[in-house]
Amino acid sequence: MKTFLLRRLLAAIPLIIVVTFITKAMLVASPGNFLDALRLNPSITRDYVTQLERKYHLDSNNVFERYWYWFWPALQGDFGYSFTKSAPVSSLIGERVLNTLLLTGSALVFSWVFAIPLGVLAAVYRNRWADKLIGFISFFGLSIPSVFFSLLMILFAAKTGLFPAGGIHDQAMWEVMTPWQKLIDTLWHLVLPMIVLGTIGLAQYVRQMRSEMIETLSQDYIRTARAKGLSRWRVLTRHALGNAINPLVTIFGFSLATLLAGALLTESVFGWPGLGVLTFDALVDKDEPLVMASVVMLVLMLVIGNLIADILLAIIDPRIRLD
Amino acid sequence: MPDLIEHDEQPAVSSREEAAASELARNAVAASVAPPDRMALAAEVVSSRAGGRSPSQILRLKLRRNRTAMVGLYTLAAMYAAAILAGFIAPYRYDNVRHDLPFYPPMLTRIHIFDEQGHLSRPFVYGLVPVDPQLASYRDDTSKKYPIRFFVSGDSYRILWLVRSNTHLFGVDEPGHVFLFGSNQLGGDIFSRILYGAQISLSIGIIGILISTILGMIVGGVAGYFGGVTDFALMRSVEVLLALPSLYFILILRQLFGAAMSSTQIYFIIVVILSFIGWATEARVIRGMVMSLKEQEYVIAARAMGFSNSRIIIRHILPNTLSFVIVTATLSVPFFILGEVALSFLGVGIQEPEASWGNMLIAARSNRQLIDFPWVLTPGVFIFVAVMAWNFLGDGLRDAADPRTLS
Repeated sequence: MKTFLLRRLLAAIPLIIVVTFITKAMLVASPGNFLDALRLNPSITRDYVTQLERKYHLDSNNVFERYWYWFWPALQGDFGYSFTKSAPVSSLIGERVLNTLLLTGSALVFSWVFAIPLGVLAAVYRNRWADKLIGFISFFGLSIPSVFFSLLMILFAAKTGLFPAGGIHDQAMWEVMTPWQKLIDTLWHLVLPMIVLGTIGLAQYVRQMRSEMIETLSQDYIRTARAKGLSRWRVLTRHALGNAINPLVTIFGFSLATLLAGALLTESVFGWPGLGVLTFDALVDKDEPLVMASVVMLVLMLVIGNLIADILLAIIDPRIRLD
Repeated sequence: MPDLIEHDEQPAVSSREEAAASELARNAVAASVAPPDRMALAAEVVSSRAGGRSPSQILRLKLRRNRTAMVGLYTLAAMYAAAILAGFIAPYRYDNVRHDLPFYPPMLTRIHIFDEQGHLSRPFVYGLVPVDPQLASYRDDTSKKYPIRFFVSGDSYRILWLVRSNTHLFGVDEPGHVFLFGSNQLGGDIFSRILYGAQISLSIGIIGILISTILGMIVGGVAGYFGGVTDFALMRSVEVLLALPSLYFILILRQLFGAAMSSTQIYFIIVVILSFIGWATEARVIRGMVMSLKEQEYVIAARAMGFSNSRIIIRHILPNTLSFVIVTATLSVPFFILGEVALSFLGVGIQEPEASWGNMLIAARSNRQLIDFPWVLTPGVFIFVAVMAWNFLGDGLRDAADPRTLS
């Protein structure tokens, strides 16, 4: 187990290097830099801009040189200073990562909690109306664009007043809230973005769960269990479910990339201050240190998520051993 | 498929997934080159039901029997036809704006067929009077009636760059205006802009899938046929591409090209970027199929006859992967449609005054506009329907191409 963890984390290092290098190369190759706005300002001299350019190592077009200027301090834990937000990158990014984790984590829980019973239900009542209804719901979830779904949810929230229309917490009251109220307030703000982000995964898991369950229910050992006189419920939960859920855990690992990309759009529409919007804004502003740090965080989240998926798989399926 | 949309095939990092992919490949191979006993079985089943038909006929038969797939097919046919005929069906051009009439509510429900006296008349709309332009509130001016006329002349347009005309399916006389789905913040007709937007949003799916399928066939064919180091290198890059959150990658790629570009340039850049990400899924699937196909007798025969590798790949192997390629491609189209929507919505895609379904939704980003003028969301309904129709069709095609469902 220990060697497995170590090996997987070591394998992540080249991935991070490759991805950050590609990102840096793109940033170097893209036209302009964050000083463009200063250049257009007539009250700032050209010399000053050139000076700044040298200071931020933006004067070289050599990708390797530019990458090294980022890589060497980053290796020592120094991700630099944001160009546009005049604060150390590490202080900007920490809270954003937590917010994104909160959103994606709860979306995952949401999709699993609903997908498993719905998938089982659809398989048990195969080709009956319940199955057809669930099939339609999953097609709906698979097809609805998250941008449109988010906007619909905000419209719903604003019209009914049941939920806040965007944001992560109540701006006006936040300062005077007790910790308990803060928690409730944040969770209340979380509900709608969680549903939007979770629906994509939900649809996918339901379809998979249904087909796996149908496959499992046709196995001989299920018939044996029924023949022994076990109740349907017991056969379903103790014999079939564990086997059917296996491939779902595998999919979970793969769907993390999807989830993180989906989070960008959901965060953007709901005004959720997560890593996604931060990365997007940094990209548009050409705030290189911020982009690089965000990319590292995204890859780390992916790697760790995949690791968790593998460990879960090993726990559920005794045939798989991690070594 | 990388993000944005999800399908059953997922990016792979494990041997488990490899196994699944090769199973898919095996099924597809079985469909195209079934071993004799299987072929006999298939022939028996088919001839008893369909009376000895070719594989493509069976495919079409099975597809026609699938009601949801046919609903998807007809919906798509209607949408693409409307997109091609956008100039004719739309009463106005996409950049025809009435600055004095922003956020006019949808008139679909305000087309009258009874006049004030309660007499039946030809359908007409009332004139529009702004009550308070700041609040975008309006009332009907019942003193002015504008009957809806058919085949009226208006803004000029071209259909498929060929036919130039200015005849529109319907419209009202100036200074009346008809906003079927309401108007946007500039006073542009949302109905017309949805039709023009369909040209961009729907064609991106088709062009993107063509490019990425060709790329995927080349890479997958080469990797599967040659194996060894070539295969290893190509497949590792495919895996990196599939393991990353594609939307971020797309955005970083988008940064390579500045913001100052013509709309045509932006359109092509979006297509190229999306295809550059999208080919990976196809390549993986095709590689798996090619690996098993290259052991078939006819390939060995072709090699023995001294044909070149490229000829064997292109003429002998790839055509046999076609049925599966079509299924994967159909299921991948939504990725391109949603990709354009995401980019345009985030402001780095198609720019005003050009209309696309993605950039039309920007109007809904402000909560006030979204709440007061919810009809700016209409393009979202069309995105949803288009994506759903492609998913219906793709699912139906997959079932039809699956040799295990012979009945």
